[in-house]
Amino acid sequence: MLPTEEAHDLLELVRQIADRELAPRVADFEARGEFPRELLRVLGRAGLLGLPYPTEHGGGGQPYEVYLQVLEELATRWLAVAEGVSVHTLACYPVATHGTDEQRKRLLPDMLGGELLGAYCLSEPSGGSDPASMSTRARRDGDGYLINGTKSWITHAGHADFYNVFCRTGEAGPHGISCLLAHAGTPGLAPQARERTMGLRSSPVAQVVFDDARVPADRLMGDEGTGFRIAMQALDAGRLGIAACAVGLAQAALDYATDYAREREQFGRRIVDFQGLGFLLADMATAVSAARALVLSAARLKDAGLPYRVEAAKAKLFATDAAMRVTTDAVQVLGGYGYVADHPVERYMREAKVLQIVEGTNQIQRLVISRDLATG
Amino acid sequence: MNIVVLVKQVPDSGSERGLSADDKTVDRGSANNVINEMDEYAIEEALKIQEAHGGEVTVLTVGPQQAAESIRKALSMGPDKAMHVVDDALHGSCALATSKVLAAAIGRLSPDLVISGAESTDGRVQVIPHMIAERLGIAALTGARKLVVDGATLTVERQTDEGYEVVTAATPAVVSVWDTINEPRYPSFKGIMAAKKKPVETLSLADLGIAADEVGLSGASSAVVEAGKRPPRQGGTKVTDEGDGGVKLVEFLASEKFV
Repeated sequence: MLPTEEAHDLLELVRQIADRELAPRVADFEARGEFPRELLRVLGRAGLLGLPYPTEHGGGGQPYEVYLQVLEELATRWLAVAEGVSVHTLACYPVATHGTDEQRKRLLPDMLGGELLGAYCLSEPSGGSDPASMSTRARRDGDGYLINGTKSWITHAGHADFYNVFCRTGEAGPHGISCLLAHAGTPGLAPQARERTMGLRSSPVAQVVFDDARVPADRLMGDEGTGFRIAMQALDAGRLGIAACAVGLAQAALDYATDYAREREQFGRRIVDFQGLGFLLADMATAVSAARALVLSAARLKDAGLPYRVEAAKAKLFATDAAMRVTTDAVQVLGGYGYVADHPVERYMREAKVLQIVEGTNQIQRLVISRDLATG
Repeated sequence: MNIVVLVKQVPDSGSERGLSADDKTVDRGSANNVINEMDEYAIEEALKIQEAHGGEVTVLTVGPQQAAESIRKALSMGPDKAMHVVDDALHGSCALATSKVLAAAIGRLSPDLVISGAESTDGRVQVIPHMIAERLGIAALTGARKLVVDGATLTVERQTDEGYEVVTAATPAVVSVWDTINEPRYPSFKGIMAAKKKPVETLSLADLGIAADEVGLSGASSAVVEAGKRPPRQGGTKVTDEGDGGVKLVEFLASEKFV
């Protein structure tokens, strides 16, 4: 269900690009661990790298309800690309929602224009779930800030054109954190060797070291000390992006397993006609539909300007847990064939795992939900 | 440089296609209708020339009302405006009559350059660009795999079975292109939105001064007498090598006229 005719047209464009450009290439790129930078430019030129932001700054002016369905569609063909779009969109959030009018006019058109790619630097080697204890520091030096420290698990590290860096400018705890927007070419900003990840191998992830990296003061987003609030708000929106990616991945696994079960015969019958497998597929299909409904329900709250933080946490928790279960069961449906790389379901299963970890582990999502229940 | 791009709506070549049972014209009702694939390359080439040399790009379509959908899709890639000739009397028109209508419409637009796909995936006659050029009394540079614009001089690499020929002509001219000439762009989301507001001029045969009996099935210079389904694919031939495998392969290739 889409709210407007333009959203229908948008999804049709996305499906066309996903079918022609993403689906034929994903297996090779994942096997080689190659980042499809040029394909992200193709998506950018089509206008897909700034969908939920205002048209006056070069965005697509789309509600989250539509943007998330675009992400889902991309994720059914290539999760790393969909996650890349989600991370880039997250990286534009601080400027778009906390930048001054002058900053938005100066920075956003290029960031949303499709040629640039963003990164979001919050986690550190010592911890990701407790960002209020971060140790990366920025000290004021003339008309700029000098950043020192190390950030971890940075998607697009080494490929991004700009980095949102959350760093300590003041006291200990959440109120001493600020958000700076650094150019990729900043001296002292050094992406490290790529992590060797379990899945999403076409998506580059690495630490980024800051060694007296100088960022001009006019690239501070919001006021000093508001960085933690910006980071948490951005993550609320980012969690919906990851949840939509999870729905797309689970849908892809369900479709593949269903097609296989309709073709594969054992004991003279299609295996889908054995109740044991048919019911397994039925549970998978139900989980996908439920996850999608939860994601879109949270998105509609956001679009209506209503509080959605807890609902976003529920959607991220449920959709990513569902993706883990559905992809695992898809491997089971294919049996031995599911365990080999000739079929994509083993990759889906490896990819699902990271979705339970990023943008707040699912334990953190439960913390958000339970705290809300406790405080009422 | 003002350019007219010819765009035809055709049944998707990837789906089951056929002729309608009653009058043996292309059945547009049962298949998914899309922009003729080769025309996307024509649009791309026109946009590239516009980006380099300025001017206006106009999409021209002769086809039923439903072709308006393909015109919007073409406009979403970037052309400025469109002209749609739509008239019930056009149903069943032959290539000669179609070229007459197209030439009359082009005459109203007075472009420097007309670009079309080298063929459509339904009719596949490949003669429309030549016929238009003849009717307008201008040059036809057909089957291009490369097009260079230098002032008022067009230079084309014309693709042939053996290689290519280099041909030149002065504008105005008609150029038809193969899918080797470029890589068509995707529309952008903004392009899709903008296309809804771009002007589309709709003309009838009367507007072009063409009588109904000059076109359509009744005015056609050729007729489809009979049509049948393509025969099912034959099973392959298995060659067992008993020392003479090479000879048998060559015999097979010779029998199919490959060698």
